[in-house]
Amino acid sequence: MLVVKNLHVAIDGKEILSGLDLDIKAGQVHAIMGPNGSGKSTLVQALAGREGYTVTEGSVRYLQRDLLQLTPEQRSREGLFLAFQYPVEIPGVSIALFLRTALNAIRKQQGLPALDAMDFLGLVRARMQQLDMDESLLSRAVNEGFSGGEKKRNEILQMLILEPRLIILDEPDSGLDIDALRFVADSINQMRSPKRAIVLVTHYQRLLNYIVPDTLHVLSQGRIVKSGGAELAHELEQHGYGLIEAEAAARQVA
Amino acid sequence: MSAQLESWRNMDLDHVPHRLAGYDTPWVLAARQSAFERFFLHGFPARRDEEWKYTDVTSIGKRTSLAPDTIPPEPSSDAKLLAWTLAGEGVHLMVFVNGHYDATLSAVGNLPTGVRLESLSKLLDSGSRLPEKFFERHHEHTVFSSLNNAFTTGGAVLIMPANVVLKAPVYLLFIASGHGAAIYPRNIVIAGENSQATIIEHYMGTLDVHNFTNTVTQIDLAADANVEHCKLLEEGPAAAHIGGIHAEQAAASHFTSHSFALGCHLGRNDITVKLQGRACHSTLNGLYVLNERQHMDHHTRIDHLVAACVSREYYRGVLDGAAHGVFNGKVVVHAKAYGSDAHQENHNLLLSRNAEIDTKPQLEIFADDVKCTHGATVGQLDEDQLFYLRSRGIDAELARSVMIYGFADDIIARVKVASLRTHIEHRLLDRLPQGELVKELL
Repeated sequence: MLVVKNLHVAIDGKEILSGLDLDIKAGQVHAIMGPNGSGKSTLVQALAGREGYTVTEGSVRYLQRDLLQLTPEQRSREGLFLAFQYPVEIPGVSIALFLRTALNAIRKQQGLPALDAMDFLGLVRARMQQLDMDESLLSRAVNEGFSGGEKKRNEILQMLILEPRLIILDEPDSGLDIDALRFVADSINQMRSPKRAIVLVTHYQRLLNYIVPDTLHVLSQGRIVKSGGAELAHELEQHGYGLIEAEAAARQVA
Repeated sequence: MSAQLESWRNMDLDHVPHRLAGYDTPWVLAARQSAFERFFLHGFPARRDEEWKYTDVTSIGKRTSLAPDTIPPEPSSDAKLLAWTLAGEGVHLMVFVNGHYDATLSAVGNLPTGVRLESLSKLLDSGSRLPEKFFERHHEHTVFSSLNNAFTTGGAVLIMPANVVLKAPVYLLFIASGHGAAIYPRNIVIAGENSQATIIEHYMGTLDVHNFTNTVTQIDLAADANVEHCKLLEEGPAAAHIGGIHAEQAAASHFTSHSFALGCHLGRNDITVKLQGRACHSTLNGLYVLNERQHMDHHTRIDHLVAACVSREYYRGVLDGAAHGVFNGKVVVHAKAYGSDAHQENHNLLLSRNAEIDTKPQLEIFADDVKCTHGATVGQLDEDQLFYLRSRGIDAELARSVMIYGFADDIIARVKVASLRTHIEHRLLDRLPQGELVKELL
């Protein structure tokens, strides 16, 4: 579904990703872990098409297409979804208006008719219930004055409604208490499907107790230095990133 | 440089308003004459005048005529259609064409006992002295109110007795018609103690109307009265519009003003509020959405004359093309007005490099123990917000429109009359790319 080859990304001329490879197939859940500054957020933003993240080398194929040729909105309509680490506040724009505009844009791409107000409301209410979200949020401006946890749940709500094919979650658990984390993790697990792929980007191992990935990658200094099964998380838990980074450095020298 | 003689200087009051309203009423004639003399003495303001520094009105002075029509032309079919639609919406509708009351298009409907909603021209003709004191008031730094005194052809007079609540809004529709007309509406609102009313003033023109509108509205609020006033400026793209709204508040009264400026070539609103009784609340809201070479100037002045009053101002602007906006918000806290609480905000969104805004808060405080704050911002659309919307499949153009809508709706949402709110939202969206799409989703 997503094949990243030798990806180099620079911001303001400074290289952050230096030859990153990934191969993610439908039905899989991948986790990408790495210390601060390893390039996790850069990878995520570059995949979503953020301006200023310049791809200087390499390729990204998504559903057999060149992802890098698509605008951010085209990527979204093709089924790519990024749950933001820091969701943006949009004053004056209600969640209801925002979600409906987004959903209709994506449905149009799929050749489906726009959802009418009643059907839309029914869908959103059901999903909000599932996330234990207060319905009154619907008429509030997007993320404005939301707590950290409410913002994160709002990202997950969008994921549930837009039903994307490739889900990239950037630190979806930061700022969540243990109860909220459970609602969020359950919703993400529920999205697992043979037709869908999920990429979890996280700094901490905690989330992986709830969502067990098929593959775990360790990102360091702009490239994947180690990949393995879910058990790799426990290794990281015990030894930290230092050991793996040292191993990788040793390999490079050799 | 030889000064071009402004044609109005050839004008003689004896020649102009042959049959203006109140012609046979001595005080009216005297008031018109002295107003005209006052105007003649000052002439139009020049840009060296601090209060008119950013707004150049010489084009108005160069008009061939400043005299109002005696018989108004037929309104456009768009205007008639709007009048008919409004008549069906349960408002108390008065329609004016080029400042003349049009009884056939109006639909005042049933009013609660004691409420009077009348045509000013009829009152003036009848010799009533009721409007006299309003013609004697001199308003803040504008000769335009003198010009209005001299030439007004009519408007609405609303008188609310004590303790009466007018549920449906009074809707005053001012239609500009024909070519190059000079239009002088004058409205007077007298809100009795503990009465409550909503007044909407809607100015509309058509594409080819090159008119000059000079309008004055005076609102007196007795103790505990509650008046919501909404002015909607949608004149034609060649129109000049100079308006004054002047409120005087007695104790514990509530006044809310909304000023929406969407259409006209050159516009100016002077909004003044005198807080004369304790514990008054006054809120001035405004939104200007400008494009091409439109110019819109809002000058507000709030006088805290006595203690313990609260004033709020929320103004926003969206400026595109080579448009020019001006916001000057003056708050004067007089010596006895201790415990005053005044807050003012003006936020502007510049969508083009050639658009310009001059924003100036002006606080003059002569009392102790007061709380006065203000803030003004000028900025562009936020890139993070734009990317967030695009990352959800919303294309860049639509995303920008949604963001502009969100910015402007902060002001529109303050209007209490739902149908008016929708009307304004739609007019805003009509001007934004893919606005139709947003309309469907609201």
